[in-house]
Amino acid sequence: MLNIKNLQAKIGEKQILNGIDLKVNAGEVHAIMGPNGSGKSTLASVLSGREEYEVTGGEVDFLGKDLLELSPEDRAREGIFMAFQYPVEIPGVSTINFMKTALNQIREYRGQQALDAVSFLQLMKEKMKLVAIDQSLLNRSLNEGFSGGEKKRNEIFQMAMLEPKLAILDETDSGLDIDALRIVANGVNKLRNKNNATIVVTHYQRLLDYIVPDYVHVLYKGKIVKSGTKELALELEAKGYDWIKSEVTVA
Amino acid sequence: MSTSVARDITSEIIDSLRQPFNAAIEQRSQALEQFKKLGLPGSRHEEYRFTPVTRYLEKNFSWTKNDIEGNIASAVGFLIPQLDANVLVLVNGKFNASLSKVISPASEITITTLSEAIRSQHVAVNEYFNKFVSNESDAFAAMNSAFWQEGIFVHVPENTPVEKPVFILHLNDATSAQVVTQTRILAVIEKGATVSVIEKSDSIGENTIFHNFAEEWIVKEGAHLEYCKIQNDSGKICQVSNSVIHQSAASKLNTFTLTLDGQLIRNNLHILIDGEQCESHFYGLYLLTGNTLADNHTVVDHKKPNSFSNEMYKGIMDGNSKGVFNGKIYVRPHAQKTNAFQSNRNIIISDTATVNTKPQLEIWADDVKCSHGCTSGQLDEGALFYLRSRGIAEANAKAMLLYAFAAEVLEPIQNHTLKAYLDNLIADRLQKNF
Repeated sequence: MLNIKNLQAKIGEKQILNGIDLKVNAGEVHAIMGPNGSGKSTLASVLSGREEYEVTGGEVDFLGKDLLELSPEDRAREGIFMAFQYPVEIPGVSTINFMKTALNQIREYRGQQALDAVSFLQLMKEKMKLVAIDQSLLNRSLNEGFSGGEKKRNEIFQMAMLEPKLAILDETDSGLDIDALRIVANGVNKLRNKNNATIVVTHYQRLLDYIVPDYVHVLYKGKIVKSGTKELALELEAKGYDWIKSEVTVA
Repeated sequence: MSTSVARDITSEIIDSLRQPFNAAIEQRSQALEQFKKLGLPGSRHEEYRFTPVTRYLEKNFSWTKNDIEGNIASAVGFLIPQLDANVLVLVNGKFNASLSKVISPASEITITTLSEAIRSQHVAVNEYFNKFVSNESDAFAAMNSAFWQEGIFVHVPENTPVEKPVFILHLNDATSAQVVTQTRILAVIEKGATVSVIEKSDSIGENTIFHNFAEEWIVKEGAHLEYCKIQNDSGKICQVSNSVIHQSAASKLNTFTLTLDGQLIRNNLHILIDGEQCESHFYGLYLLTGNTLADNHTVVDHKKPNSFSNEMYKGIMDGNSKGVFNGKIYVRPHAQKTNAFQSNRNIIISDTATVNTKPQLEIWADDVKCSHGCTSGQLDEGALFYLRSRGIAEANAKAMLLYAFAAEVLEPIQNHTLKAYLDNLIADRLQKNF
């Protein structure tokens, strides 16, 4: 599904990604872990098309398309979804209105008919249950005055509405208490199937107790320095990142 | 001196507009003296620094005698659809009875031409006409007071809620030649009365239009005025309006000014809060394109204690347009416990558009709450990216954000038909077509 080869990127003059290789197949969950500043969020941002980052080398193939050539909206329409670490607040735009526009623009891109108001509402009600989010929240201005947990639940609600092929969860656990974490993870798990894939970017192992990865990769200084299965995450939790750092330095 | 140039055109204008004064002769003569004394503001005049009305009048008008009759057979295209209102239409500065209709009962409201009200010596006219308009400080106000052609007089008796709004339409027909019009409103809302007034200007024809406009609103104890001004005339119009609103104790005011089109628009809005427990909300929105210059100069003058004012003006500038905002708040020494808030926020969406914004607070009382803030910037990139990352095209995402920014100022508007109409104008302008 996703094939990243030797991806390099910088922001301003600062080189952050120094050659990432990663392959994600349908049905898989990959966790990207690493110490602060290792480039985890940059990788997520580059994949979703954030323009502040400049790709300086490498390639990304997504379902046969050159992902780096696509605008952020076309990436979303092709099936990429990014759950933001810090979802923005947008006064005056309700989640419902904006989701309706987004969903119908994606459908149009895929040659599907726009959903009418009734079908949209039905779909919305069904997806709201997944993350236990209340409609009154969705009628309000997007994320304005939402708690940390509400913002993250709103991200997963949007993901459920748009049914992406590849979801990238950027530090979705940050700022969540354990109950909210469980609700969010539960939503993500219900959306998993053999046709879609998930990349979970996280600093802590905690989230991976709930969203169990097939593969764990450790990012350090802009490169994947170690890959393994979910046991690697437990090892990191027990030992911290220092042993990885020293391994890299020795090598 | 730049003022000598201004004085030349002042006398040209006087020569071209001078006719035997009919109504309010003494007041006109006094105002003419004021106008001569002030002269039109030159480019260095502090209050007109960014808004060269005088230069515009020099360049675009020939000041020979001109008194063009308008010929507009129907006002339908200029009205607000489905708005059930009293309609008063002035065409090229003259009242047009056949396009106008008053539907409210005479017990609720008196609406006549201003010349008729002066002729019949209406007691409210005798008391308030020309009382608060800024003849001493603004040349255009003085010019209007000297040369006004016609106007509308509105009187609402005590404790009367007027059910239907009043819609005043200024039409200019510039099909055959340039047009210069000077119109006027005097509205007196007696104690405890309530009324909603909408005012709109529009035109036909390709020639230049100068519309100099003055209005006086008297809002007495406990009265309530809703007042909306719509400026979406896409003709070659230069409009200067001087609006003074005088509030007595416990009165309520909601104003909204929407500016979309015109070549050069200058609004002087002066609110005198001359009583305790008053509440004033004055909102404005300017969505400018092309070469439009729109200037909102507002003054709120807290003369008495314990009142509240809240001003919010927002602007979006595209093309080569220019926005100007100047907001003065005065809190007089006795006006303790005043709450006065002001905000002016601007988004510039093209490289060639500009905005000049200046808040001016002069506070002589020491126990007050006042705040002001002005911002000018581009669209929030983070918000734009967020919407795009959900599959929304960049152009739509921009429109969505701009619309959300703009539509906030519509919130206080009570009349649903009016609100829907304004909402449509805004959505159209921002191309929110989804």
